[in-house]
Amino acid sequence: MSTKVNSAQIKGRVVRNKAFKSLFIAATSIALIFLALLIYRILSQGIDYLSIDFLRNYPAPYIEEAGIFAGLMGSIFLISITAPVSIILGVSTALYLEEYAKQNRFTRFIQVNVQNLAGVPSIVFGLLGLTFFVYILELGYSLIAGALTMSLLVLPVIVVASQEAIRSVPKELREASIGMGATKWQTIWRIVLPASIPGILTGSILALSRAIGETAPLIIVGAAAAIYTIPDSFFSKYTVMPIQIWSWTSRPQEEWQYVAAAGIIVLLIILLCMNAIAVWIRNKFQNRF
Amino acid sequence: MSKWKLMMLVAVTLLTVGLLAACGNAPDDAGSDENNEANASENGEGSGDEGSEDGEVSGPVNIDGSSTVLPIMEYLTYEYNQENPEVETALNSSGSGGGFEKSTVGEIDLSNASRPIKDEEKATAEENGITLHEIELAYDGLSVVVSQENDFVENLTIDQLKQIFLADGGATKWSDINPEWPEEDIVIYSPGHDSGTFDYFNEVILEENPMREGENVTLSEDDNTLVTGIQSDPYAIGYFGYAYYAENQDTLKVLGIDNGDGNPVKPTGDTIQDGSYSPLSRPLFTYVNVDYMKEKPQVLDFVKFSIENAGAAAEEVGYVALPDEKYQEQLTEIEELAAE
Repeated sequence: MSTKVNSAQIKGRVVRNKAFKSLFIAATSIALIFLALLIYRILSQGIDYLSIDFLRNYPAPYIEEAGIFAGLMGSIFLISITAPVSIILGVSTALYLEEYAKQNRFTRFIQVNVQNLAGVPSIVFGLLGLTFFVYILELGYSLIAGALTMSLLVLPVIVVASQEAIRSVPKELREASIGMGATKWQTIWRIVLPASIPGILTGSILALSRAIGETAPLIIVGAAAAIYTIPDSFFSKYTVMPIQIWSWTSRPQEEWQYVAAAGIIVLLIILLCMNAIAVWIRNKFQNRF
Repeated sequence: MSKWKLMMLVAVTLLTVGLLAACGNAPDDAGSDENNEANASENGEGSGDEGSEDGEVSGPVNIDGSSTVLPIMEYLTYEYNQENPEVETALNSSGSGGGFEKSTVGEIDLSNASRPIKDEEKATAEENGITLHEIELAYDGLSVVVSQENDFVENLTIDQLKQIFLADGGATKWSDINPEWPEEDIVIYSPGHDSGTFDYFNEVILEENPMREGENVTLSEDDNTLVTGIQSDPYAIGYFGYAYYAENQDTLKVLGIDNGDGNPVKPTGDTIQDGSYSPLSRPLFTYVNVDYMKEKPQVLDFVKFSIENAGAAAEEVGYVALPDEKYQEQLTEIEELAAE
């Protein structure tokens, strides 16, 4: 009797197991199919327009001469300011919250707010940047104003990722360090930070990948749609790749859509490179303890 | 240990860059306006020595405004930069209204617009002691279009357009306008309410009365979205700049507009330029800050270049050039203004 029940139960479990397995495979393949479609479409449209000249040229009214150089350099400059500012501020905040702050209501309040900030629409950060950096600090519509706005945008994500990374460092390591007579700062600097580097940098680079694809806040803080110089100071005018792409897609002539596709390919390649760096760093530092 | 040193090195580098970023603004962050003025005086001195007529100008020219005018301006800034690589033009596109928000407080030199400046914008400029001079760059014919699949409409009168587009116009089915037309819902595609294109249509057709909204009405700031929507629906109607019709002639049908004299006119290069495509043919403008033009030789130089080349620019990007005399007149005006 009992064996009968058991075999019926097991049969049910096997069926359910199969059902869920195929459900999850379906879910994964939907994402993969759309990714493949996207990549196929972009590649088939844009690959013919992609060339060395496309990378070297400034925007132009003629399709053959149009290029993404200004956007590419602008994006790189922007990220090379955004990255140090947001990582230094973000990691410091995370260290304070995890290592120093007392677990009281105020800390929890900050915690909840940081997490909520991570979900605020990017355009709101654009408005904040316009008011604060462009007008109050009188930075004008410059590269530095854009970069600082982007730093604010990605800061919450970096804080949350760094907190996770710092929290995952085993308590024993800290105790051992303190037990050896190290001060709190020595422990953080020599034990906690090196151990949490993979997590911090992976999170940071994913956050910066988001920054490099953002358009809306930069339009508000005044990134140009067509510019024929690359930034030579923090106060230069600038443009970035997504804005360039956006200005191409809104043209009436169909060929510009293909030029935009070529721009998207360049943007995707940069994104893939950044993600590859994240993976490389994670693997390099992973087995420290 | 070497990993540790590497990390220190990275940290120090990042800190340095961060500090530079933070301190870099101290020497010349006197605000964008004063920056402009400083540059202007420098350039003034520079060109005094060299003479500004031989194209030896440098410095920034900041331009913002209508996305409809953007392609013309991009052509102009591009060609200008080929000849004058020392001049740093920065061209933005935050819409006609967005451009005036900046030009009326003196943040930019030129403000592109697909409609004339509004009275309240003029008032803001006056409050700030700013004079904006209007320059016509080209014409655009707002084209009212249906799908090629639509085989019943050829022409519409202004009154019929009102019936279709007004909130209380009374026509929601094509048969409401002409009983011979199918009894199908009219589907409207219109530019969004922030665009200069909508402003213009609103002024000359709707006469500032509210447009239909809600069911069967799609608003988009992206004209290509409107094109796609209308192409595939035989009962759809919409309007946008002539260039978007010209590029999609094989799938769209442009309607003749009868402005009351019983003689419908379709937009073409000729009817837009000679003004017979009325009232939907509109000029595209740029507004220059007169004081900046006098102070900064590069702005004056660029404005002159723009007027001389706007015709070629318009044709290259799908708009209609003004008659040559008009460009000449405007050039003379600018020279008189600058000589004052």
